[in-house]
Amino acid sequence: MNGYNFAYLDEQTKRMIRRALLKAVAIPGYQVPFGGREMPMPYGWGTGGMQLTASILGADDVLKVIDQGADDTTNAVSIRAFFERVAGVETTTATRAASIIQTRHRIPETPLEPGQILVFQVPIPEPLRFIEPSERETRLMHALEEYGVMHVKLYEDIARHGHIATTYAYPVKVDGRYVMDPSPIPKFDNPKLDMSPALLLFGAGREKRLYAIPPHTRVESLDFEDHPFEIQRWDERCALCDSAESFLDEVITDDAGGRMFVCSDTDYCERRREESA
Amino acid sequence: MYVAVKGGERAIANAHRLLADRRRGKRERAELEVGQIQDQLHLAVDRVMAEASLYDPELAALAIKQASGDMIEAVFLLRAYRTTLPRLAVSEPLDTGSMRIERRISATYKDIPGGQVLGPTYDYTHRLLDFLLLAGSDAPAPERSEQPLEPCPQILELLDAEGVIERELDDGAEPCDITREPPDYPVDRATRLQMLARGDEGYLLALGYSTQRGYGRNHPFAGEIRLGQVEVEILVEEWGEAVCVGEIALSECQMINQFGGSREAAPQFTRGYGLAFGHSERKAMAMALVDRALRAEELGEEVQGPAQQAEFVLAHADSVEASGFVSHLKLPHYVDFQSELELLRRLRREYEATSPGRTEAAEAGPSQGEPQASTADTANPGSTV
Repeated sequence: MNGYNFAYLDEQTKRMIRRALLKAVAIPGYQVPFGGREMPMPYGWGTGGMQLTASILGADDVLKVIDQGADDTTNAVSIRAFFERVAGVETTTATRAASIIQTRHRIPETPLEPGQILVFQVPIPEPLRFIEPSERETRLMHALEEYGVMHVKLYEDIARHGHIATTYAYPVKVDGRYVMDPSPIPKFDNPKLDMSPALLLFGAGREKRLYAIPPHTRVESLDFEDHPFEIQRWDERCALCDSAESFLDEVITDDAGGRMFVCSDTDYCERRREESA
Repeated sequence: MYVAVKGGERAIANAHRLLADRRRGKRERAELEVGQIQDQLHLAVDRVMAEASLYDPELAALAIKQASGDMIEAVFLLRAYRTTLPRLAVSEPLDTGSMRIERRISATYKDIPGGQVLGPTYDYTHRLLDFLLLAGSDAPAPERSEQPLEPCPQILELLDAEGVIERELDDGAEPCDITREPPDYPVDRATRLQMLARGDEGYLLALGYSTQRGYGRNHPFAGEIRLGQVEVEILVEEWGEAVCVGEIALSECQMINQFGGSREAAPQFTRGYGLAFGHSERKAMAMALVDRALRAEELGEEVQGPAQQAEFVLAHADSVEASGFVSHLKLPHYVDFQSELELLRRLRREYEATSPGRTEAAEAGPSQGEPQASTADTANPGSTV
């Protein structure tokens, strides 16, 4: 696009972000502060993910953008259109065909492969934030590996509800060291983080933090021996592709309580329907 | 059937077209010129420049036009443009002491060297709607004195000579640049002032006001408020001297606050400082109050009010960040909501399984089942422990 650099950000900014990314990869799960820039989209709409994508994007990359698992939700459309405009890269909806996937709130159902990069949009990068509001304190807690409060919080859930009441943005421990917020993905997706062959990058624009999980890294969801971590299950199957394994969105079909369940991952769902057709 | 938010691309394009139509308004009326906004809504222009951290009245006016007068949207537009600009040079520190004064007042002395200069102010207008403006009217030209203003030294410098006010010292440290570096709490005062200078005016006003009402009181006096033009200079290495590259309008407020002092140091007045682009006097005053409140820790005061909590104040001051994160709630959250819904249904099933009697009573309403217990629960939930 005229008047703007390839992928919008200037080369110096991209280099600064790539340096921070290298640090993040070297210290899995550690939140690296970076000089976040304003993007021409609002904070909270994926500016962190966009800055990371812009920094690692090359002319021969193939980009996929999903929001809530779907390629055709308005914000995914908007971000994909942005990179088509400012970088002119090829885009796709097929998980297998993409070299970079920017995502909000989901990990694709199709297993990722070595060489692929998944970029997460992160609203609040600090997993301890709702326990301790001060950044000064939480940095210290990470430095001292002082994570007891997190277990206390999960325990309080069990005492009150009989279950851990965190269903998304479920905290994980990366490589046995840092407790990390996996972004608001459903805990259904947490097991996909563990030993993933793809590089996982996380960008929080407003909070100016980025972090990473390198390929083949141990990622454990926090739990207790007598209350092991478990993921959501549905009694229903996808009404379109009949999958019993994918994360299902509930769709209200009328005003009389009628509803159906469909895959949140639209690419996965379409592929299955094509295969069975 | 299954429609949800499909066909996003066409919907977005159509929404933008409708927006442009609304912005233009009735076609029989003349289109608003950017120049008119720049001249006649200049206080709005100044606010947008201040919060966008970019001094460009024409582009700020364009942003206001493009945003249909939504100030926060205009700030965002200009801020997003700002990030794409190359940094050609860094100016020398501005000398507000040699400001070309348009307005300058002090609330601490009746008469001051250089005099009190009211300038263009709404302060003493009666807030009566002027219906003549409905019809459009020509304003008479202002009266101007033949004589140039006498030199206007900074009032606080006069107090400084006597030693009754703390001295501001330049330690020569390179200030952090908040547009390039992420904040690393606790941040120093230079960083704080940068963050406050681009902070939302309404937010700073409310916080400053809260200190006056007892939430971190700091006994302020408006030592001096000055508005006017200040020269911007850059150092040209080849010439070995500073060269003026233009003038910008600034509002500066220096608050005088109650004493600090200890066994080792004599009691002195303390300072709060506010500075903003253009004629943004309310902003500069609010900023000075909040700056002083945020010095609580440094001055050994007890932190009691929200305005004294640096991380709280600074992390939430930026309207571009705040409005972005609030507005993102409009984005789809199907997945997270579905996760919560699944858990809630499970919890409710378990609840029903363990206490069938209570659920029936709750569903039947307070008139059946256990009337006393359920009315007490619903009518006054606060009273039951």
